[in-house]
Amino acid sequence: MALADIPRRRTRFDRRFDRIRELEEAGRLKHPTGSRLLRKFMSNRLAVVGLVVFSIILLAAICAPLLTPWDPTKINLRAMLQPPSWEHWFGTDKTGRDVFARVLYGGRISILVGLGSAVVSAIIGVIVGCYAGYVGGWFDAICMRVSEIIMAFPELILVLMLVSILGQSLSNIMIIFIVGGWCGIYRLARASMLSLREEEYVQALRSFGLSVPLICFKHILPNALGPIMVNITLSTAAFILAEAGLSFLGLGVPMNIATWGNILNVAQDLGVLQNNWWIWLPVGTTISLFVLSVNFIGDGLRDATDPTQQG
Amino acid sequence: MASAAEAHPEPRDVILSLKGVKAHFPVKAGVLRRTVAQVKAVDGVDLDIYRGEVLGLVGESGCGKTTLGKTILQLVRATEGEITYSGAEASADLTKLSDKELYAYRKRLQIVFQDPHSSLNPAFTIFGSLEDPLTKYGVKTREERRKIIGDLLEAVNMRREYMDRYPHEFSGGQRQRIGIARALSVNPELIVCDEAVSALDVSIRAQVLELLMRLKRERNLTYVFITHDLSVTEFICDRVAVMYLGKIVELCRSEDLFERKLHPYTQALLSAIPVADLDRKSNRVVLEGDVPSPVNPPSGCPFHPRCRFRQDICKTAVPALKRYAIDGRDDHYAACHLIDAKEAAA
Ligand SMILES: Nc1ncnc2c1ncn2[C@@H]1O[C@H](COP(=O)(O)OP(=O)(O)OP(=O)(O)O)[C@@H](O)[C@H]1O
Ligand SMILES: [Mg+2]
Repeated sequence: MALADIPRRRTRFDRRFDRIRELEEAGRLKHPTGSRLLRKFMSNRLAVVGLVVFSIILLAAICAPLLTPWDPTKINLRAMLQPPSWEHWFGTDKTGRDVFARVLYGGRISILVGLGSAVVSAIIGVIVGCYAGYVGGWFDAICMRVSEIIMAFPELILVLMLVSILGQSLSNIMIIFIVGGWCGIYRLARASMLSLREEEYVQALRSFGLSVPLICFKHILPNALGPIMVNITLSTAAFILAEAGLSFLGLGVPMNIATWGNILNVAQDLGVLQNNWWIWLPVGTTISLFVLSVNFIGDGLRDATDPTQQG
Repeated sequence: MASAAEAHPEPRDVILSLKGVKAHFPVKAGVLRRTVAQVKAVDGVDLDIYRGEVLGLVGESGCGKTTLGKTILQLVRATEGEITYSGAEASADLTKLSDKELYAYRKRLQIVFQDPHSSLNPAFTIFGSLEDPLTKYGVKTREERRKIIGDLLEAVNMRREYMDRYPHEFSGGQRQRIGIARALSVNPELIVCDEAVSALDVSIRAQVLELLMRLKRERNLTYVFITHDLSVTEFICDRVAVMYLGKIVELCRSEDLFERKLHPYTQALLSAIPVADLDRKSNRVVLEGDVPSPVNPPSGCPFHPRCRFRQDICKTAVPALKRYAIDGRDDHYAACHLIDAKEAAA
């Protein structure tokens, strides 16, 4: 029996394929223009859903003042622990602050910490890793040793140590995340570089005498970008969770600044956990949704940047 | 018997002259990454490449052909020796130049690679891959670059429009032709073709060879043609250099390679070609043992552990590449003690 005869559920890819074939037979198939990456990304449903959720949460956090009249830090002792209502959508917490406002404004800080630390550590890691991997030598050896030392520390201990040295503040948390976070991407970028620099197209570029940064960052880097993008999204997610975890322990961002982790902090109290679900459930859900959407985007990016995958 | 020191009867225009070229790779081991040994990939090569010729470079896998090719372009820096390029405007010893100074010579020497799958950057369109070298060599506007790349693609029998496609949309033969177009983009004088047709099937191979020969005529190119396929050398090469363990053991006109070979290694190499011709008497010489490691090459003649004719002198003295006169022509070089011994006996 030929493969085509096997009964099979027709998927949306079959329909798309048929449409493409129709166009081709009618001679109207244009060679696709525009960004190939974008096209491939957009054809991945999960990634698009991730992008939508991500954008909604991000926009909501950025436009917080338009969405809520409440001040996230304003204490109102006459409105303590109110359940959700038209006035307070997510209710109020133990000091009468509006939880919805806190989730929105907290999102600003949490996303800044997560995405900011991930992007900055990725930029450092990629620049150092690509260059070190491509040129090798003593520069590479030093970077390697430094990253080994950093990675040899258990992460939590490193964070606790740095918090106690640098003190608790928003920028210190980010610095700590960046110091601990660049090594992973550095090693990833370096490893890809080590294998890619032996490719013949790189040798060909070298034979034209093109400069090292041009070869390294323009021509080789795009081929290593897939895993790096995925790593950035994963570390964004990890940093957001880490911020939440640290703040939950009271070691993260100072308690007077609203962040997702600081909102969750009150759930340490068993009473709150059992009786006041509106304080921790919405923010917990938001964190999960955000982390999940970031991971979906990461998967989509990985597929889109894989140059061997058609699109 | 003519000696190597004697002047060449018909002096030809030398484009590239290699003298005692060595390319060694350090082998590092241990925590301190100390150099414990050297891979002697190219170990003392003397060679003159004439303008306009096709010089074949043959030998077993691992004998250092690719490394020699890359050394010629200084993609691998020579450990020792001189590589003198003589051009119309300038000549220089490439091994002495810094990366910056080398830049002036980069466009004279180019390379076409073996593997059509890794020789093009999958992340860029053909235009994107070929554009930067042109920019670097002074083609400033995008329109001009597009025109030049389109012309190059047409020169290698491809459609102009292909420049906006990605490498994965092409077949092996097409990619190889794009690789050739890329090498041509800076108008080089010498192109090292590193097994440029080895990965292609036979019919495509002939096509690409034809293309290379046409381009050579049209653009006055010189080729160093690296291959392990001796039938290809017969087809396109003027001269052939046989390499063994980083050294050239025989160098002669390609028509002499089959009939007037001198070195025992060349004999073994040639007898390994399967022959369809039943009349051709096949006295197969089967090589004993494996190729020795280039980390620890044998003393004396590198070929002696596998040579059927070895004598005591072969184990101690390194034979020099000497010129021999055969049938009235004296451009045949070989590095073997036994030829001298035979001459002396005669
Ligand atoms: N970058 C490198 N570092 C260390 N050793 C190397 C390097 N490049 C090549 N070698 C070694 O040098 C020797 C010659 O390699 P080369 O690639 O020049 O062989 P080749 O004649 O081109 O072989 P093939 O016909 O398989 O392509 C091999 O033993 C190889 O292992
Ligand atoms: Mg090779």
